[in-house]
Amino acid sequence: MNATVFVSTFLAASIEVVEMVAIVVAVGVTRSWRAALLGAGAGLLLLAILIAALGVALKGVPLKPLRLVVGALLLTFGAQWLRKGILLVSRDGWTTGIGEERVDEDVPLGFDWQGFVLSFKGVSLEGLEVAVIVVAFGAAADAIGSAAIGAAASVLLIGVLGLASYRLVARIPRRALQLLVGAMLVTFGTFWAGEGLSVDWPGDELALVWLATLYVVAALILVRAVSRWRRRVPPRLETGRPAPAGAAR
Amino acid sequence: MILWRWARAFVLFWVDYIFGDDWTFAAVIGAALLGTWGLVEAGVPAWWLLPLAVLGGTVLSVRRAVLRGR
Repeated sequence: MNATVFVSTFLAASIEVVEMVAIVVAVGVTRSWRAALLGAGAGLLLLAILIAALGVALKGVPLKPLRLVVGALLLTFGAQWLRKGILLVSRDGWTTGIGEERVDEDVPLGFDWQGFVLSFKGVSLEGLEVAVIVVAFGAAADAIGSAAIGAAASVLLIGVLGLASYRLVARIPRRALQLLVGAMLVTFGTFWAGEGLSVDWPGDELALVWLATLYVVAALILVRAVSRWRRRVPPRLETGRPAPAGAAR
Repeated sequence: MILWRWARAFVLFWVDYIFGDDWTFAAVIGAALLGTWGLVEAGVPAWWLLPLAVLGGTVLSVRRAVLRGR
């Protein structure tokens, strides 16, 4: 066992694994655990097939176009969630949906394919990046085994921590959670799409932190602004029933 | 017939996934991605464009939704 390669791979992979687990937990808590876990399983299966087929040739896989496609899709979908979260929080308040309290959702009654795709994309893209890290670190020091064990330890540790955090995350009111998850998806989408276009982010990976802060602060300001805009808009009387604020999508 | 239904459902899924209920927002994001690519190719720092487009698109889209009474 090469301890230096083990520790280096563990740390480098951890950054990617945190992103992967954050998306799976977010989809599980806000949409459907079944879709989130099946999407993650499908992503890991695709990854296993790619690793078995390509082996060390994984180093040559072009990650930038993948980051761009996955980032752009995540950005458009996450932006819709953020928008919906802002409209719903401004209508229902932050504390709606605490514990078992039911709130109206747009998650389909059948299988949640959107949740599945979100989880699948997050796991397959980040998993591929972990595999590339393993190959790069392992091949450079001729210690693929140590690198693979380091990455596996990272996936195991952060995966268990992510699943353990489920109860903590589930305590956050649903409305607030929808808005925060929307901001998180937009953050990852912006970052990955930018990486795919060779953008130099100030702070490199730390851009995830300032982007998330920027989007959450903007969402908080917008929630207050929407409440003011609503007071100015005359109520619609022609249908005889209140319009579902932002309930679309 | 079944294949046709599956293909239609597949296309509708992705249209809904990308465009949602406000296609203009997706268009703003698409334009911002193109603009970012152009700036990067020209050697100009482009990190600010995507976040700016997301924030601007969100404000406009949310305001439109409120004015429509949704």
